[in-house]
Amino acid sequence: MKILVLISNVPDTTTKIRFTGDNKAFDATGVQWIINPWDELALTRAMELKEAGGVEKITVANVGAKITEPTLRKALAVGADDAIRIDAEPLDAYFVATQLAEVAKDYDLILAGIEASDYNGAGVGGMLAEMMGINSVSAVSGIDLENGELKIHRDIDGGSQVLTVPTPLVAIVQKGIAIDPRIPAMRGIMMARKKPLNVVPPVDAEARTEFLTYELPAPKAACKMVDEDNAKELVRLLREEAKVL
Amino acid sequence: MSVLVYTENWSGKFKKLSYEIVSFAAAIAKEMGSPVTALSIGHVADDELKSLGKYGANKVLNVQDDRFESLDNKALADAVAKAAESESAKVVIFAHNNEGKAIAPRVSVKLNAGLVTGVTGLPVSVDPFVVRKKVFTGKAFANIQIKTDVKVITFAQNSYEVVETPTDTAIEAFDPQISDGEFNTVVKDTHLITGKVLLTDAEIVVSGGRGMKGPENWGGLEELGELLGAGMACSRPVSDEGWRSHEEHVGQTGKIIAPNLYLAFGISGAIQHLGGVNSSKYIVAINKDPEAPIFEASDYGIVGDAFKVIPQLIEAVKEMKANK
Ligand SMILES: Cc1cc2nc3c(=O)[nH]c(=O)nc-3n(C[C@H](O)[C@H](O)[C@H](O)COP(=O)(O)OP(=O)(O)OC[C@H]3O[C@@H](n4cnc5c(N)ncnc54)[C@H](O)[C@@H]3O)c2cc1C
Ligand SMILES: Cc1cc2nc3c(=O)[nH]c(=O)nc-3n(C[C@H](O)[C@H](O)[C@H](O)COP(=O)(O)OP(=O)(O)OC[C@H]3O[C@@H](n4cnc5c(N)ncnc54)[C@H](O)[C@@H]3O)c2cc1C
Repeated sequence: MKILVLISNVPDTTTKIRFTGDNKAFDATGVQWIINPWDELALTRAMELKEAGGVEKITVANVGAKITEPTLRKALAVGADDAIRIDAEPLDAYFVATQLAEVAKDYDLILAGIEASDYNGAGVGGMLAEMMGINSVSAVSGIDLENGELKIHRDIDGGSQVLTVPTPLVAIVQKGIAIDPRIPAMRGIMMARKKPLNVVPPVDAEARTEFLTYELPAPKAACKMVDEDNAKELVRLLREEAKVL
Repeated sequence: MSVLVYTENWSGKFKKLSYEIVSFAAAIAKEMGSPVTALSIGHVADDELKSLGKYGANKVLNVQDDRFESLDNKALADAVAKAAESESAKVVIFAHNNEGKAIAPRVSVKLNAGLVTGVTGLPVSVDPFVVRKKVFTGKAFANIQIKTDVKVITFAQNSYEVVETPTDTAIEAFDPQISDGEFNTVVKDTHLITGKVLLTDAEIVVSGGRGMKGPENWGGLEELGELLGAGMACSRPVSDEGWRSHEEHVGQTGKIIAPNLYLAFGISGAIQHLGGVNSSKYIVAINKDPEAPIFEASDYGIVGDAFKVIPQLIEAVKEMKANK
């Protein structure tokens, strides 16, 4: 089995978000880039499956300009065998999925995160599956490989299910897929330098959406403080002022 | 031309979310001057289907086909796309939940449509079609234009009021004609959580963090939760430590919720935690550290020891309920 893990390059989760040029673009000055948290967990699970046997190869792929290479190198250091970077500015989920469809054909299992923590598009995985005409399962919280067969755990509203779905398959993963993300070890970092990172040109595609402007949320009014021994007053405020009780 | 809205049912019944999303679709349709068609897949009685008319559905397409019970993403997307085509839908709307997120991206490809997920209110304008959503995990809003003729959106729960706009509703059986070969998902086992308020449905959520010190201290929170009919949540370290089930973890890497009231006990308010709860209408924090960042995100707060405050709160809520 060959696994492709899709990697989105996103600002560190503690980044202070700012915009430039009349709030028309994200200000990336000084931003630390990381592997999208879901993709990091997807890669972790792929590694676990490989170590348990039955997985020949793990490839990571990203659609992005050269600035995403450190993120891909990090994925290689965690343990992926090789990396693909499709050399284009990712414009929207449709554009990204179109590019990925070109490189995803040889894989049995494709792992995407439920959403990228920057633009929160929640679109790439499902779009890619549809473009390739293959199955997809979303809200995946676990993947087991038993005698060459995949057992997929997914969350449904109010519960969970165990499924089998034939490959090739796009699994769109969320919480539960792995618990602690793998951190690259020194040896992994050394090895990653020698692993292949293939840069491929993009195919023609147009974005279907355009991000026009951004806004920061209005600052919150000051928090109303209540005394420690006056829980009764808090209940009164919630009932009479906020009207939520 | 029409607006198509995908409705889900729970054992044949609709929920508030179903009515909320139909109301939302009706408001968009009104701006576009077009009718609303609701799509229902599963076994829902005619009376229940008719109830969608109260919220503005002019027509309900009723698909009764047991094969869809496996929630096969590919087959479902195919069915929705066929319904959209037969209705000449210009806008297709899903809820931004597990099912909507699973199907909407596939449908958008089938319909050559642009997709925006997690839309938080009525379009800023319908021509050009511009919608608003949260980006950077709740840290900002974006206005996004969908440039294609057909548009697919998913709608963030609890961001539109349910409004009644009673309409005559026609119920039509619809067979999307999906061949057996398209259904490839086989369900081996289903586990349903029963007897608890689902976190994603809850209007009030009681949540505990590391400040609660250990799993043995959740009794008071559970009692408070029960009194308020609340769902239970926790911060990530709490579920990582196994103090509470992973189902309850909220935040950037857990569940994202938007209740009317979020009560946080012994939670510091890390940015990744707030990413999952900052859409709540009201946030209340109980924390012994006056400098805890949770207070910056809160509407009401008590600086104090949760172990002292919880029993008092329970008493105060009991008293309130007695006087109601
Ligand atoms: C206005 C705008 C400006 C942008 N600027 C930049 C930028 O400066 N630098 C930059 O690197 N990106 C940039 N992006 C791209 C962005 O980071 C995403 O890659 C792309 O928009 C898809 O985002 P999404 O939220 O729809 O992804 P989602 O659909 O939420 O992502 C889900 C999953 O799909 C996969 N995935 C998503 N994006 C990629 C990708 N690019 N390559 C491989 N797999 C992916 C991951 O597994 C991810 O977990 C920009 C996007 C927009 C809309
Ligand atoms: C990539 C990434 C993703 C993450 N995702 C999430 C996520 O999804 N959800 C999440 O929650 N976290 C997430 N985190 C972790 C997050 O950064 C914080 O570490 C975490 O939220 C802290 O949990 P806490 O508030 O329970 O604990 P702490 O930060 O330890 O806070 C405990 C609080 O309890 C207070 N306290 C102590 N005793 C009492 C008492 N007797 N009475 C009242 N108050 C008391 C303290 O003053 C303190 O403020 C993520 C981190 C990373 C890096």
